[in-house]
Amino acid sequence: MRLIDLTLKELWHRKSQLISGLLAITLGIGVIVGIRSISVVSEKAVAVNLDNLGANILVLPQAASVDNYYSADIDAPTFPESYVEKVVTSSLPGVDNMSPKLTRRMKIGNENIVLTGVLPKSEIASKPIWQTGGFLGNQINASCAPTTDDQPTKYLDEKLQRKGIDTLAGYDCFVGSSVAKKLNLKEKSTLTITTEKFTVVRILPETGTVDDDRVFANLHSVQALLGTGEQISAIEIMGCCRAISDGLLGKLRNILPDTRITTIGQIVSTQIETNRLMDKISLVFLIIILFVGSISIGNYIWANVNERRKEIGILRMIGYHKRHIYYILILKAVIIGIVGGFAGFVLGTLSAFWLGPQFAGIHVNPIYSLLLVSIVISVSISIIGSIIPAYMAGKIEPFSNMQED
Amino acid sequence: MIVQVNNLTKTYLRHDGYINAVDNLTLDIPKGSFVTITGASGSGKTTLLLILGGLLRPTSGKMFYDGKEIDLHDEDELAKFRSNHVGFVMQSFALIPYLTAVENIMIALNVKNSNKSTIRKRANELLKWVGLEDRTTHYPKELSAGQQQRVAIARALANNPDLLLADEPTGNLDPSLSEEILSILKEINQKHNTTVVMVTHSPMAAEYGNTRIHLNKGKILSD
Ligand SMILES: Nc1ncnc2c1ncn2[C@@H]1O[C@H](COP(=O)(O)OP(=O)(O)OP(=O)(O)O)[C@@H](O)[C@H]1O
Ligand SMILES: [Mg+2]
Repeated sequence: MRLIDLTLKELWHRKSQLISGLLAITLGIGVIVGIRSISVVSEKAVAVNLDNLGANILVLPQAASVDNYYSADIDAPTFPESYVEKVVTSSLPGVDNMSPKLTRRMKIGNENIVLTGVLPKSEIASKPIWQTGGFLGNQINASCAPTTDDQPTKYLDEKLQRKGIDTLAGYDCFVGSSVAKKLNLKEKSTLTITTEKFTVVRILPETGTVDDDRVFANLHSVQALLGTGEQISAIEIMGCCRAISDGLLGKLRNILPDTRITTIGQIVSTQIETNRLMDKISLVFLIIILFVGSISIGNYIWANVNERRKEIGILRMIGYHKRHIYYILILKAVIIGIVGGFAGFVLGTLSAFWLGPQFAGIHVNPIYSLLLVSIVISVSISIIGSIIPAYMAGKIEPFSNMQED
Repeated sequence: MIVQVNNLTKTYLRHDGYINAVDNLTLDIPKGSFVTITGASGSGKTTLLLILGGLLRPTSGKMFYDGKEIDLHDEDELAKFRSNHVGFVMQSFALIPYLTAVENIMIALNVKNSNKSTIRKRANELLKWVGLEDRTTHYPKELSAGQQQRVAIARALANNPDLLLADEPTGNLDPSLSEEILSILKEINQKHNTTVVMVTHSPMAAEYGNTRIHLNKGKILSD
C-alpha cells in the first residue's frame, strides 16, 4: 500500500467527481491543441501555396469566400463559362493561361473527394507543380507568367518539374495523392463517379493542399456529369506581375462586374493574418486556461479535501505526517494533470482533425510534440491549483474523524 | 510508568465561553496496565485520550513517555510518537471506505516500512489474529460492525504499539459483540503486555480495567 496506490484507489473511488474535475482542464487543453494543430498546418499550407502558386489571379462568383486559395472554388456558386471568352476577346495585356474550373464536393463510397473539372492544357500550363518538362512545349516560371507558348522559361526549382499529360480525354482523370491512397487507385484503374467511369491516367504528387483530395477531369465531362450546363466555379488566371501592378485587376473587374476577383497575394496575406489571429487566440486561451483551469482544479481538490477530512484525520492518527498528506494531494494533482493533458490533447487533435477540413479546408495531422506541451501545461495548472487546498489539508487535526459521526 | 502527565489542562473556546475540558490533571499510567476511563458525557474523556496519544496538544502541562518528556510542540516528534508507540481504536472504527480490510492495515504499516510483501504478510497475520483471515479483501461496508472494529484493532496493533488507546470501542456494538472486542483487548494487554487505556460508558466494560479512572468536569474523581 504505497501512497500512490492509496491515491489511485481514492481517485477511482470517486470517479464521477474526478470526471467533473477533469472537464475544465481537458476542454481548455483541447482548445489550445485544436487551434495550434490547425494553425501549424495552415502555416505550412501558406508556405506550400507560396511555393506552388501557378496562377496568381482568381475569379470567383460574387458570393464565394476566399479564405483559402486552394479551396476557394469548393462549394462556391457558379457563373457562366462564357466569362472566359469575355476576357479572351477583350485581349487585355498581361493575361495568360486562363484556367476555368468547376468544382463539387462528392462522396465516392465513404470517401470525400473534390471533383474538379478543368480544361487540361490551360490548367496544366498555369500550374507549375504539374508542369511537364517539354511535353507541352512550354515551361513556366512560377514567379511571373510567361507571355507566349513558344517562349520557354526556366523553373527556379528543378524539383517542381514533373511529368504531365497535355490532354485530358473525355473520361480520363488525374487524382490527387490522398484520393489515390483512400480509394486505392493506381494508374489505369477505373474510377466510377456517380454514373460515369473514368480512367485514372495519373496520380498527382502530394502537395499538402486540398488538391490532394481532388479528382481532375475534363471540364465538359464534369459539367455533363453534374448537369450544370456551361457553368464554372472559378477561373484561375496567370497574370504578369507587372500587369497586375498596372491595374489588371481593375480592368478585369470592369469586364466581369458580377464576380469577385482577388490576387493570390491578398488571399495568402489573409491567411497569414488568420494564422496570426489564431496564434493570438491560442495565447489568450492559454492565459484563460491557466486561470480557469487552476481555479477549477483548486476547487475540485478543495471539495475533495473537505470530503476527506475524516480520512485525512485517520491517516494523521495512524502516524502520517503533514508532508505525507501534501504528497498524497500533489500526487493526485499530478495524476489529474497527466490525464487531463492527455485527454485534452486527444480531444483537441480529434476536433482539429474533424473541423480542419470542414472549416479551413486543410488536413490536420497529430502534432505529437504538443502532447508533451499539453501534459506539462496541464500538470503545472493542477499543481498550482492544488497548493492552497493541500496546505489547508495539512492543517486538518489528526482527531477530526472523531468529532464526526 | 509508561506515560505520565503533569498538571494537564486543555481549554476550549466555545460560544458560551472558555471551558477546561481537562482541568489541571495529573496521572501516571503504569506499564502493562489496563486503564478504564469513565465519566459523564462532556467530562473530558476523549480530550484526555487524544492528549495521551499525541493527537491533541494540551493548553498547558507536561507529558512524559517512558520517563522522557515529549515536546508537545514538535509536529514531527508527535507524528513519530504516534506511529512508533501508539495504536488507536475509535468508536466509529475509522476505517477508510475505499480500502479493503487488509489494505486498511497496510496503510498503517506503510508509515514505517517500505517492503510491500512484508507489509502484506504482516497485515494478513494481524487479520488472522483477530479472526478475519477470510475477510481480507472485503471493504468496510461489506463487514459487520464487530468485524470492522476487529479490523480497526488489527490496524492499531500493526506497528506493535506499547500503548493502545481505545475511545468507546464497544459504543457501536451490541453486548455479545462488545464482550468479544473487550476480550481481544484484554488478550492484547495480557499476552503482549501492551498498556491499554479505554474510555467507556459501560460499567460492564469498565470491569475489565485494573486501574479505573472516573472523570468529572475534567478532573479525576476517584481511582
Ligand atoms: N473542538 C472542541 N471545541 C470546543 N469545545 C470542545 C471541543 N471538543 C470538546 N469540547 C468540549 O470539551 C468538553 C469535553 O469533551 P470530550 O469530547 O472530551 O467529552 P467526553 O467525555 O468524551 O464526552 P462523550 O462521553 O460525550 O464522548 C465538552 O464540554 C465539549 O463540549
Ligand atoms: Mg468522547
